[in-house]
Amino acid sequence: MQNPYQLTNKCIFITGAASGIGRATALLCAGLGAKVIITDLNETTLLKTYELLEGEGHKYALADLTKEEDLIGLIDELPILDGFVSNAGIIKTILTQLGEKSDVEKILSINTIAPIHLTQLLLQNKKIKKDASIVYTSSMAGVFNGAIGNGLYGASKAAINGFVKSLALEVAPRGIRVNTVNPGITETNIYNNTSITPEQLESEKAHYPLGRFGKPEEIAMGICYLLSDTTKWMTGTSLLIDGGCTLI
Amino acid sequence: MEINEFVKHFADQFDDTDASEINTQTKFHDLDEWSSLLALSVLNMTEKKYGVNLSFDELKNSVLIQDVFNLIQSKQ
Repeated sequence: MQNPYQLTNKCIFITGAASGIGRATALLCAGLGAKVIITDLNETTLLKTYELLEGEGHKYALADLTKEEDLIGLIDELPILDGFVSNAGIIKTILTQLGEKSDVEKILSINTIAPIHLTQLLLQNKKIKKDASIVYTSSMAGVFNGAIGNGLYGASKAAINGFVKSLALEVAPRGIRVNTVNPGITETNIYNNTSITPEQLESEKAHYPLGRFGKPEEIAMGICYLLSDTTKWMTGTSLLIDGGCTLI
Repeated sequence: MEINEFVKHFADQFDDTDASEINTQTKFHDLDEWSSLLALSVLNMTEKKYGVNLSFDELKNSVLIQDVFNLIQSKQ
């Protein structure tokens, strides 16, 4: 039997591919036969991902997705895509009463505005093939639950879920599907440089019925499922992958 | 960075604790109102007012408000 999740010869563009869920997705896509174009801010770690990719014909490009000139340069380099994974994101834990407008702007610019604007540019420049699949890394947070100090992050991710519902309708006539994955806490470096400590993360595990956090590879499996032809009749949906966290 | 101003900022994070209970020698973990929410509040305050990011562990390991002040100074 042919592997139903194969991505043979599909061309897939992945943002935030230098680490975590983005890197795992790039590696899995390549492993399933896709040609990938990966982007991120950090050259050293992006190159590491690139070197780990199975197969040939992959590309990488450095870009700050919040800068218009970088986006334009990126769009110019891209081939016509069978898949787009918008994964780049940041987290910031701050209580509402201590936050400033600049905090709102920063997190929304990276987690919300950049993915939406990049999608606009991809569509305007006809970089998304008919029957392609677009997947956004959203979150459990803001969409399925809340957490103290997580309002901005939650808002930035809930906005993506809201956007997807309309975009899915707009591109459906061309057979393009648009979905999100919504991970619970996943073992990535997104928590580095935040005030959340490893010890605190450890105590968070008690909220997970399956007893642990997710692994980037497990979220990548969900993303590749949505990229594959297996899900040709799925659009506008949110795939919650949270170890049962939101059940309790 | 001035210690009295820091103590005031620290006290501002509390709703029910009288400011007179809060001084450089206060063992803040022992205050009734102290909680993880207040800890986050203090961490956010140190970032916003002094440009210093402390971790929960650093705050946990500090005993007196003076200790937190010293920590921030060492990182500025």
